[in-house]
Amino acid sequence: MSAIAHQQPIVPERSTLTSRVSDFLWKHPHVLLAILLAPPLLWLGIIYLGSLIALLLQSFFSIDDYSGLINYEFTLATYRQLLNEANFDIIVRTVLMAAIVTLVSAVIAFPIAYYAARYARGKWKVFFYLGVMLPLWSSYLVKIYAWKLILAKEGILTWFLTKLNLLWVLDTWLSLPVIGGNSLSVSYTGTFIVFVYVWMPFMILPIQAALERVPANLIEASSDLGGTPQQTFRHVLFPLALPGIVAGSIFTFSLTLGDYIIPQIIGSSRLFIGQAVYAQQGTAGNIPLAAAFTVVPIVIMGFYLWMARRMGAFDAL
Amino acid sequence: MKQILKSCTALTLSLAFTTQVLAQEALKELGKGEGELSIVAWPGYIERGETDKSYDWVTAFEKESGCKVNVKTAATSDEMVALMNEGDFDLVTASGDASLRLVAGKRVQPINTDLIPSWKTIDEHLQDAPWHTVKGVHYGTPYVWGPNVLMYNTEAFKDKPPASWNVVFEEMTLPDGKSNKGRIQAYDGPIHIADAANYLMAHKPDLGIKSPYELNEDQYKAALDLLRVQRTLAGRYWHDAMIQIDDFKNEGVVASGSWPFQVNLLKAENKPIASVVPEEGATGWSDTTMLHVDSAHPNCAYMWMEHSLSPKVQGDVSAWFGANPSVGAACKGNELLTDEGCATNGYNDFDKIKFWRTPVSKCESQSECVPYHRWVSDYIGVIGGR
Repeated sequence: MSAIAHQQPIVPERSTLTSRVSDFLWKHPHVLLAILLAPPLLWLGIIYLGSLIALLLQSFFSIDDYSGLINYEFTLATYRQLLNEANFDIIVRTVLMAAIVTLVSAVIAFPIAYYAARYARGKWKVFFYLGVMLPLWSSYLVKIYAWKLILAKEGILTWFLTKLNLLWVLDTWLSLPVIGGNSLSVSYTGTFIVFVYVWMPFMILPIQAALERVPANLIEASSDLGGTPQQTFRHVLFPLALPGIVAGSIFTFSLTLGDYIIPQIIGSSRLFIGQAVYAQQGTAGNIPLAAAFTVVPIVIMGFYLWMARRMGAFDAL
Repeated sequence: MKQILKSCTALTLSLAFTTQVLAQEALKELGKGEGELSIVAWPGYIERGETDKSYDWVTAFEKESGCKVNVKTAATSDEMVALMNEGDFDLVTASGDASLRLVAGKRVQPINTDLIPSWKTIDEHLQDAPWHTVKGVHYGTPYVWGPNVLMYNTEAFKDKPPASWNVVFEEMTLPDGKSNKGRIQAYDGPIHIADAANYLMAHKPDLGIKSPYELNEDQYKAALDLLRVQRTLAGRYWHDAMIQIDDFKNEGVVASGSWPFQVNLLKAENKPIASVVPEEGATGWSDTTMLHVDSAHPNCAYMWMEHSLSPKVQGDVSAWFGANPSVGAACKGNELLTDEGCATNGYNDFDKIKFWRTPVSKCESQSECVPYHRWVSDYIGVIGGR
């Protein structure tokens, strides 16, 4: 017994530094794990969460009305300012826009994704993927400026509608309150169209992924049992595709919530949250208010993600 | 956490103070160039011939001084202040609504005029202008100045320049028979409140406005009311000079407060555009080249300030931007500006222009005025339709 215990190891202990380190790590796997995990955790903790916390802290400070300097004392006054009429308008405007953009994107994206997932084969499938992805390859700014020219009062769309003698449709639309305006490019409608266009791929792709996972025989079974196409859609297809739609909506909703370039170039100059952050931080030097504005989308998205998780959206990512 | 934050703040403050002690003294003598220079400027202020070959006042300077010039353009004064607060820049071409804020915030350093031989050639009314001189100390060299003109479409106005700013403040039928609703624009910066105040100065004398930058509560409220009317007329507010140009071309905009820069570019494209300073007078900008307190390249910066005052550069900038030189000698014999250029750009209207200033609570003309940060938040409200 003791003879075995005192036997020499088969391989003699090695003496170079690298081999000793290697042996040590082999004997203590937890240390190895810690070393491997430390850089990404530090990155997440310090650079990502740290900056977020620094920002959150700023929102509890206030700005001195007289000197414009930041007053480093805990206060909720800055959050109270968010409820000012003008500031609250900005929040409501942005959330409404994000919600409508998300809804309409889903309605447009579903048939496209359905076709791509079910019917497109071979070359067509490639074509579809390219068609959806292609807009993502060109610069976001180029696309927005192109849309400005399309939607301008003397732009392509107006020209086209004039040729078709349909200008009255556009004029009637533009004469509507709130969503109308002098031309599409200075109205909420224009901002909305460009938002829907720019974020569309982010909606199509998750829905397509979800639809591809719906077994075809379920749909056949539904019709075998006498379900009309509407019933099949409502009770079989839609519930199974819902996680994909919710996943897509996370993208379109959060991207619209934070964007500050589209409403600056196309729209009526009324601010969205992103622009308000930019204006308060860059223009007015009011970092606490800018930070408080930033917290708004974080809170909204927090709730949104919580609800999305309950609907199983993360299974489709 | 709070403790850490506090000590960090204290550390930054103490650092800021020590650098200030070092930097508050103006430079005593010039050394060799540091090989680099970064400038925050209005678009069109620092040209190296990239837009038009004949407009280039950077290449020669780089060759002569060995300082490579980097330009960061800013669209509003507030952006300039924000950029200078971030640091890492040497010079800024600050307008009057930014310059005093920069001085008060200790972001710029006093300059030693003895190191700038051309200082003596600057027009006298600009040498001690209150937007760059504080308690007798100069915080920069005047660059160029100009009025905020009323740009209009000659076809909509039937070649008769609008006599008053009312075309952008009140709903009316323009000479082409159509309403101005949706066909005007206004500047997307809180300083535009001063344009409304300037209009009220002429049309509502009982308000007793003495300066458009010094408004008490009543005067301020009247100006905001006027701007609320303007909101119903303006489709979009202009922020970026190039987008405004596009809007005059494609969006059917026919009148707006603007800079001669946009007017000249549109005219160069043979668009039916002209500009006027209406009877109420106009607000205007007079820009100062200021040196950052922590500038890493002060020698290059001083060389640029000297270079920027040469009649050739002054004339070229003025021709390009539609501005007026700060050095009278530039008005004669400049090829690009021509001998009539100064008169066209309003060189003789100096006294009619109310130059941009930062509104402060402790104002000169009355006991208390509405300060700038309220201009900022209220203007956001007005644009938002409140």
